[in-house]
Amino acid sequence: MAQEKASPRNFSKEITSRLGGETITFCYQCGTCASSCPVAKITEKFNPREVIRLALLGMRDEVLSGDAIWLCSSCYNCQERCPQKVEIADVIYALRNIAIREGHIPNIYSEFAAGLMSEGRIVPISKFLEKKRPEYGLPPLKPAGVDAIRKILSATGFDKIQFKKGETP
Amino acid sequence: MTTYALFLGCTIPARQPHYELSARKALTKLGIELVDLDHMTCCAPPPLQSIDLETSLAIAAHNICIAEEADLNIVTLCTGCFESLAMANAILKENEKLRMRVNKILSSVGKEFKGNKEVRHYLQVLMNDVGLKQLEKSVVKKLNKLKVASFSGCHLLRPSALLKFDDPERPKIFDNLIEALGAKSIWYRNKLKCCGGLLRGYADDVALAIAKDKIVNATKAGADCISTLCPFCFLTLDLGQMLIKSTFKEEYNMPIIHYSELLSLSLGIEPKELALDFHKVKVDSVLNKIA
Repeated sequence: MAQEKASPRNFSKEITSRLGGETITFCYQCGTCASSCPVAKITEKFNPREVIRLALLGMRDEVLSGDAIWLCSSCYNCQERCPQKVEIADVIYALRNIAIREGHIPNIYSEFAAGLMSEGRIVPISKFLEKKRPEYGLPPLKPAGVDAIRKILSATGFDKIQFKKGETP
Repeated sequence: MTTYALFLGCTIPARQPHYELSARKALTKLGIELVDLDHMTCCAPPPLQSIDLETSLAIAAHNICIAEEADLNIVTLCTGCFESLAMANAILKENEKLRMRVNKILSSVGKEFKGNKEVRHYLQVLMNDVGLKQLEKSVVKKLNKLKVASFSGCHLLRPSALLKFDDPERPKIFDNLIEALGAKSIWYRNKLKCCGGLLRGYADDVALAIAKDKIVNATKAGADCISTLCPFCFLTLDLGQMLIKSTFKEEYNMPIIHYSELLSLSLGIEPKELALDFHKVKVDSVLNKIA
C-alpha cells in the first residue's frame, strides 16, 4: 500500500490510457456525481466521487479489488451533470476492465461471458420459448452470429480472460 | 412504406414475447416494415462494456455492419440495445482512430464499419416516420381514462451527447407519445431516475431498494400503470414487485406495461392477441379502463 501511495501518477496514467478512462484527471471533487447517484442514495458502499478520488490518489489495490466499482448502475446521471465533463460511467467501465484482467471477476460477469461465447447472447434463449414462438404468432428467430462473435473475442483477447468456470447459464 | 432492420437483442426473445408481439403488430399496423436479419448477436450492453470496452464496440459495430450490408437502418425495441448500438455508431462515425482500430478487429470476420446507417429507437420511428398526427388518427380506442407514469429507462436518454434522443433533464417525446393515445402522462417523483436493474445479480438488495422507490413514487402520484420501453426495467419493476412482496411484505399491484402494449391496445388489437400472461402483476385494471 505504501508503494501504491507513492505512485499515484502511474495509476492515473494507466487509467487515462485506457478506453473510457481518458477524462478522470479533470475531476475537481465537487460531488455533483454523488448527489445525482441513485445508488449512493441507498448504500454507503458506493460514491462515485470517492472512487475517483481513491483512483487519483493511486490506491490501485483498494479500487480494483473493492466492491465499489461494481455498484455503479450505469445510469449516466453523473456523467450527464458533471461540470468538468468527466465521463464518470465510462471511467468506471475502464476500472472494471482493468479489474477483470487482474482476476477480480464477479460471478455474474463470468455467466454473461459464458452466454456470449456459447450462444452469441448474454441472456441465452430457452429452446422451450423458441419452440412456442409460432403459437404466439412470432416468426422464427434468426440464427445468431456465434462464429463471428468467437472470432472477434479472439481478435481482442477477450477469450484469454480467466473467467470463473461454472455451469453455462 | 418505411423499412427497418429489427434488432431484437437477447432479453426480449428470451423472456418477453409480449413485448416483441405488441411491437411487431403495432409498427406493422402503422405501415412500418420490419426485416429480421441473420447473424445479429448481443448488442454489447453495460455488462459486456464492463468486461471490455474495445470488444463491446467491435460487437456493436458488427451488428451495425450487418444492417449496412442489407442497406437498412436499424430499429431497436430495447433501450439498452438502443444505447449500445447508437453509442457505438456515433463514436465510430466521429472518431477515425477508433474506427480504424475496430475495423482491424472486424477484418477477422470480413466486415468493415462504414458508418452510413442510423440506429433508431422505435419511439423515434413513431415520431419521425409515422408522426404524432397520424398516430392520433390511427387510435381507435382512446385511453383517456388512464393515468400513465412514463418510465423511459436511463439508456434512452443518457449519455445525451451521443444518443441525442431528447432533453436528458426535461424529456417530452415519450410523454407526447403517451398522450397521443389519449392517456394522461403524469409526473411522479424521481421519474428520470434509474430502476436499479443492472445491479441485479451483483447487489440484489440495492437493486430492489431502488426499484421499490420507483413503484412507491408512481403509486403515490396516482398512476394506473407504469409504462416502460426497456425489457430490463420491465423485469425489475414487474418481477420486482413479487420480490418486494416477499422481502418487505408490501404489496403494490402496480401494472407495468410496455408502451408498445398500450399502443397496440389503442390501435384496436385484441388483448388476447398480446400474450399478456407474461406479466407477473396482472394488467386487468388497465384493460378495464380501456374497454
